[in-house]
Amino acid sequence: MPRPAEPPESGALEALYQEQILAHYRRPHNKGSLDEPDASATAANPLCGEAIAVTVRRDGERISEVAFAGQTCAISQASASMMTDLARGKTLPEIVALTGRLAELLRGDRAAAADPALGDLRALGGVARIPARIPCAVLPWRALTDALLQEVTDVA
Amino acid sequence: MSRRTDFPLLVRNPGMHYLDSAATAQKPRVVLDALRTFYETAYANPHRGSYALSMRATDAYHAARERIARFAGAVDSTGVIFTRGTTEAINLLATAWGRAAVGPGDEIVVTRLEHHSNFVPWQQLALAQGAAFRIAELTPDGDIDLDRLRRIVTPRTKVVAVAHVSNVLGAEIPLQEITAIARAVGARIVVDGAQGAPHIPVAFDERGIDAYAFSGHKLGGPMGIGVLVARREFLESMPPYQMGGGQIEFVNDDRTTWAPLPNKFEAGTPNVGDAVGLAAAVEYLDGIGMAEVARHARDLSAIAVRELRLVEGVRVFGPPITARCGVVSFTLDGVHPHDLATILDQDGVAIRAGHHCAQPLMRALQVPATARASFAIHNDASDVTALVAGVRKAQAIFGGVGTPAHAAAR
Ligand SMILES: Cc1ncc(COP(=O)(O)O)c(C=O)c1O
Repeated sequence: MPRPAEPPESGALEALYQEQILAHYRRPHNKGSLDEPDASATAANPLCGEAIAVTVRRDGERISEVAFAGQTCAISQASASMMTDLARGKTLPEIVALTGRLAELLRGDRAAAADPALGDLRALGGVARIPARIPCAVLPWRALTDALLQEVTDVA
Repeated sequence: MSRRTDFPLLVRNPGMHYLDSAATAQKPRVVLDALRTFYETAYANPHRGSYALSMRATDAYHAARERIARFAGAVDSTGVIFTRGTTEAINLLATAWGRAAVGPGDEIVVTRLEHHSNFVPWQQLALAQGAAFRIAELTPDGDIDLDRLRRIVTPRTKVVAVAHVSNVLGAEIPLQEITAIARAVGARIVVDGAQGAPHIPVAFDERGIDAYAFSGHKLGGPMGIGVLVARREFLESMPPYQMGGGQIEFVNDDRTTWAPLPNKFEAGTPNVGDAVGLAAAVEYLDGIGMAEVARHARDLSAIAVRELRLVEGVRVFGPPITARCGVVSFTLDGVHPHDLATILDQDGVAIRAGHHCAQPLMRALQVPATARASFAIHNDASDVTALVAGVRKAQAIFGGVGTPAHAAAR
């Protein structure tokens, strides 16, 4: 006979909703949209249809400023807020590498969880225990990568 | 008496509080048994084989249609067409009837509270045919504004398409009044009964409507089977939706004639097994009595609304308690519905969070998403208690009410 569903994992919620995540959710950094951005893109979560719109200003190859908009869950808001801080001064290849590292963190990779390159993002490590929420955490990063890969599109 | 024991999945998951029946209903044992019995005793391709087993499959399919016609209050079972679900039933009408009957300058009317399944097919039909697409707005209480509806329904209106019950607000719409408004101008009236059929008798013949669509899986039947109940004259007025085996009469080199109803609309090998499963599901519901099924869900949603309103920062959407068909949509200040659903899930409480495939309504409610708990015959007061406890827990985790993110959304 198949086993009943897994009992709730103790501590998973505490790991997910750490104070740092909630702080970013309550007071997000760089929320809104930049005037006359050099690049912009929107990424939608196919599961819920919610979207994060990112606007970017560049200084040559490097990002000088990022803002995000969208009323989404705490996980994606915190990830977006942290992203706007971390992205400053980085190039597209560096953003792609960081997004890959974040994906490893979200899958529970221990080395990623200790990687200083991820900065505050390490607080998102608890998502690994609730994999249904991984798409929320990567949503803003998809938008940022798309923006950098594209010509400037109409700003929503 | 708890009917939880009728549902094997819930028996196997004692800690589970399943509050997502509006998305899909859990299956009573009798449905699973009926599926198994069909596959073990009567499985063959119906209509085709000239042997006894194929006849048994044909008979099972026929009996399922008769049983479901009875459930739907349709004397003429040839107007009961099996589809994959509500979505396919509405697409059938919007495509087969719509492309033939709607032209430039005509008008199509839907309401603000439609599920995308009863919105997008009509919107796209209007765009393709050069017709006007009109949306009947709601009153501030979330009811369909009948005065405004009367103003947008005109002699050019070809169809009024409405949900019997909103999957977000849980309200039963005033179908009788809306039918009269549509009839007065000679428009077709099409009803999306995905949320209606599980709670309100379909009573097709009594309603004077042209078509009623519902999904088997929301009634406790299998996924992949649904029903379009329609007037014979309506179905005969339109060309087939899909063409192929089983739905033809004669195929000449240069033209084809169609099989009589219902076969005309059922191209390809039919989904006999799931039709049999759905027949068992409606037998189960009729055995309890639809009045009791509805009362049970309404009582539990009333308790849930009352208890949730006691939590500071909770906002409940939708109609007064008495008009609620087992659906409670709400938000909690400072906590996004997705986070709420994750927190509830940790305690075995399954609810839906999101826009519920009703983005036009979400825009009117001015929220990006809601949390939705929905109740069925197997739920009891302990499910409500677990829901409310989880909401309070989410509030504690997020540290109180009124964060800027959500204050802005109100
Ligand atoms: C009101 C309403 N209409 C249509 C549908 C679509 O039903 P289905 O996905 O079974 O075709 C649903 C279910 O999600 C619904 O709630």
